[in-house]
Formats: sequence, structure tokens, C-alpha cells
Amino acid sequence: MDLTHDLTSVIAKSFGLFYLIALSVGITVYAYWPSLGKRFDKAANSILDDEDGPCR
Amino acid sequence: MMERLTGAERQIALIICVVMAIVGLVMAAAGHGDPMGSHGAIVLIAAGITTFFVLRAIGEPEPAEDRTVDYYDDPTKAGLVIALFWAVVGMGMGVWVAAQLAWPDLRIDAAWSSFGRIRPVHTSGVIFGFGGNALIATSYHVMQRTSRARLAGHVSPWFVLLGFNLFCIIAASGYLMGVTQSKEYAEPEWYADIWLVIVWVVYFVLYIRTLARRNEPHIYVANWYYLAFILVVAILHIVNNLAVPASLTGAKSYSAFAGVQDAMTQWWYGHNAVAFFLTAGFLGMLYYFLPKRAERPIYSYRLSILSFWGIVFFYIWAGSHHLHYTALPQWVQTLGMTFSVMLLVPSWASAGNALMTLNGAWHKVRDDATLRFMMVAAVFYGLSTFEGSFMAVRAVNSLSHYTDWTVGHVHAGAMGWVALITFGSIYSVVPLLWKRETMYSWKLVEWHFWLALAGTVIYVFAMWNSGIIQGLMWRTYTDSGTLAYSFTDTLVAMHPYYVARACGGALFLTGAILAAYNVYMTIRHAPEKRPERDYPTSSEAVEPAVPAAE
Repeated sequence: MDLTHDLTSVIAKSFGLFYLIALSVGITVYAYWPSLGKRFDKAANSILDDEDGPCR
Repeated sequence: MMERLTGAERQIALIICVVMAIVGLVMAAAGHGDPMGSHGAIVLIAAGITTFFVLRAIGEPEPAEDRTVDYYDDPTKAGLVIALFWAVVGMGMGVWVAAQLAWPDLRIDAAWSSFGRIRPVHTSGVIFGFGGNALIATSYHVMQRTSRARLAGHVSPWFVLLGFNLFCIIAASGYLMGVTQSKEYAEPEWYADIWLVIVWVVYFVLYIRTLARRNEPHIYVANWYYLAFILVVAILHIVNNLAVPASLTGAKSYSAFAGVQDAMTQWWYGHNAVAFFLTAGFLGMLYYFLPKRAERPIYSYRLSILSFWGIVFFYIWAGSHHLHYTALPQWVQTLGMTFSVMLLVPSWASAGNALMTLNGAWHKVRDDATLRFMMVAAVFYGLSTFEGSFMAVRAVNSLSHYTDWTVGHVHAGAMGWVALITFGSIYSVVPLLWKRETMYSWKLVEWHFWLALAGTVIYVFAMWNSGIIQGLMWRTYTDSGTLAYSFTDTLVAMHPYYVARACGGALFLTGAILAAYNVYMTIRHAPEKRPERDYPTSSEAVEPAVPAAE
């Protein structure tokens, strides 16, 4: 099958749309998943005091 | 600095230097009579200088330090100093280029000093020389701190840093000799491109290996931005530079793409160079150094995740807005335009997140010029991303494209956002890395801030005026349907703005020179800071676990 302009435009207009929607839903769910809140807070605060040297 | 490498590491460094010298020799011999030959000589000299430093250390005793207790900051320090050197060179070239447009006699009538050759020295010098070195240096800093792990390797960080600078030197010297593949921000020819791929793969592996050693369950968001910068720039660079050399002994090559495909590939690369080199990497800087300096965690960590993925997946489609009204299919242009408008959401989410982090700490912004650099950078990030989305709309683009408005937009981003966040980060990290109490002179930081801000505002306003006048003159018709103004008429109208632009750039350059001086004096003369932190002590450590009575 040739990779024609028509074919690529059909892929872009169908699959391209749906995978971006799926991605944005997936990422929003991940970012707002309740049980991850503590981990994110810890990460956000972890950089404020990090000069005490590496652990390994 | 090479004394801190172990004997085995010094040997590896020496082998790399020797291989480089052989490559340089082959290039010089094979490319004799071509610019490639001169580049071979440059590679040979660079390898020679590095060999000298390695050889000087090779007989020294093994380092006594305990590598488990401290971060490895030598390459970071070197990278920051090199970045400031490139800032002065790149911005100096920029002022000269701007002055040539205002006063054409400054072209001084040599081939190498023509506008077309020194302009890419300016753009590459600032973007890759200043920006690239600052990104590499700060990424070494951030990846170690956020992972609580030392760099995974001691030779590879030097290889990446010095190898990248060799690329920059080959690029800049090539432009002066007339070597270019005529692709914006991708001008260097095939052998330089291959070399950059090698350096970049080592950089990526180093980053991943350091993250793999991390002692934090979650990878802090700044690392995501730095990694997106490294990974996507690699993909863009490889695809856009696919080319067939005309001869293996010469610099000239031909692109693998033709016609509008070539244009689309170039602007897919070009706009994503803006996205992933000039945005993602510097957002990594912002997400680490701004909360750190403000001593407050980022306002919303969740929002930073959302905006990260938004930026990554929207930007990659936006490049076709550079090709409105061309042979590119209309729907591809519309696609690029739509994604560019959508990009406003994650971009403003990042800018807003940064400003909301400062909400409640405005007194710190008032008192601390370093934090003010970062605050104004976030504001300019918001402004220039709004402007960019607006200019990508086809109707606006019909006025703005090919005019100085585009130049103004790029500089609002490069000066107002990229350079200011970099200077802010440098000022916050230099005293820390060299263990000084503060910068040598806070007054100079304050001077730098106002010079940089004034320079940026003058520059951007001059280019807005110039660009819109230029665009309107180009599209003004007489009653009989002919163009009302000749091209020369537009140049005469733009002249005062060109003078203003050169002045704005000169102010910005002055600020950068002050920064370089201030950093130099901090390293040399600022009082040392006694460490406050507790050093973890192991049984072999030299320090006693209980300090002796004072």
C-alpha cells in the first residue's frame, strides 16, 4: 500500500484525533488520581531541602 | 579538575582524546582545501588541549574523596562559566548584526563579516552556546538534587559538555567560512550533525542512568521537562538533518527531502526547537529554581503534570504555522494553526503556576533581584506564548509573516523568557556551587536586571512598530491596483526602529557582561560560606562523627 497524501490525511483526521483525546483523558485521570496526592505533595516539597548530599 | 577522576577514568578520558585527535587528523587530511579540512584542524586542536589537561593529571595520586557523600558539581561549574562566555559572544554578535542593519557600513566589507554569515553565529551562539550550555549545566545540578543521587559517571558528563561545545565551535566557525545547509537553527553540515548525535545519546544515557539511581519514589517534574528536551531534540535533529554528503571529503550535503516536504520537515524541526530546546528545558529550570529560590513548593504540582503533557503533545503539531500561504496542503496549515492556539492553555498553565507560587512571597520578589529575574521570565513566557498563538492564526500571519514582528516575537521569548530565567538560575546556583555566602555584588545583579528588562522592552517595542509598519506598507495598494510603496520605502520607514533595536540589544549585552564579571568575582573574591548542613559520616570519613570542641 502506498503512503499517499489521502491516506495520511485520513489517519491524521481519525486516529490522530482519538489518540490525543485518549491521552488527555488518561493524563488528567493520572494527575488528579486521589491517592497520588500525597506523593505529589512530597515531591513538590522535596526540592526545598536537597543540599544534604546524595544517598548513593 | 581532572584530579578528581580515578586512574581508570583518566585512562578512558585519554583514549577518547586520542580517538578524537585521530578523527581530527583524518578530517584535516581528507578535507584538505575544503572547509572540512579547517574543521579537522579545529578538532585536532581541541583534542590536543583536552589531552594536555588529562595528561597533567594522569600521574597524580588517586582522589581521596568519598564519592557517596557529595554531588559531582565540577561539570556544572564549568558549564555555567562556558555558558556566560557564549552569552557575551552570542549577544555581542547580535548587537553587531543589529547595528549592521541600522548602519550598513559596519559590514566592514569582508566575506566572513557579511550579515548572512554572522547572523547564524548570533542565533546559534545564543541558543546553543548560551542556552545549551546552561541547560546541560543546570540539568546536571537538578538531576542530582531531585534524585538524591550522584551523577552516574564521571567521564561522560565531561564528554557531553565538551563535546557539545566542540559542536558549537564547529558550527560558528563554519558559518564564518560560509558552511551552511540553509536550514534555520540546523545550519551545521553533516559531520557536525553526526557528532552531535553521538554527544546527545551519551547525554540521554547519562540522564537515565542517574535517574535510575534515584532515592525518591517520584521523579520530580523538572526532570520530565529536561528529559523531553533531550529526547525530542534528538529525534528532531536526526530527522531534519537526514542528508547525503556530496562527497565524504567535503562539507557540502544535500537534504534527503525535497520541495514542500523539506520545508515541512524543517519547520517541524524549527518550531519544536523552540518548543523543546527553548521551552521544555527552560521550564525544567523554572520548576526547580523558582520554588527553590522562593522557598515555597510549586503552587499546583498536578497542574504542572497536566501542562507538561499538554506542551509535549500540542507543540509537536504546531510547526506548519510557519508555512501559511505556501504549497503546503491547506488542512496541514490549519492543523498547525489550531494546535498553536490550543497551546495557549498549557503554556499559560505553566506561567500561571509559576506566578501563583510567588503569590504570598511578593516581598521576596521586591527585595531579591534573582527571584525577580524568574518572575519577569514567567511573565514574558506568558506574553510571548500568547503572542505566538495569535501570530499562528492565518489572518494575523498574513500581516506578520516575513516582517520584523516575527523577530520581535522571537526576542520576547529568547531575551524576556529564556535569558532571564537562565540568569536567575545562574545567580541562585553560583553561590551554592562555589560555596560562597552570596554573589559578589547584589548591586550588579540589580543593575543587570534593569538593563535586561529595559533592553528587552525597547527591543520588542521597536520590532512591533517596525514589523507592523513593514507589513502594512507591503500590502497597501494604490487606486490603480499597484503597490503603493517600494521595498526601499519600507527600509527607510524601518530605520529609526533598527537604531532603537540596536540600542536595546546593547543594553541587554551590557547586562550579560555584568553577569559574567559578577560571577567571575564571586568565584574569585566572595567570602566563603561555612557549611551549615550535617555531613553524613561513614566509618572511613576523615571528619570525626562528633566535632572537636571549639
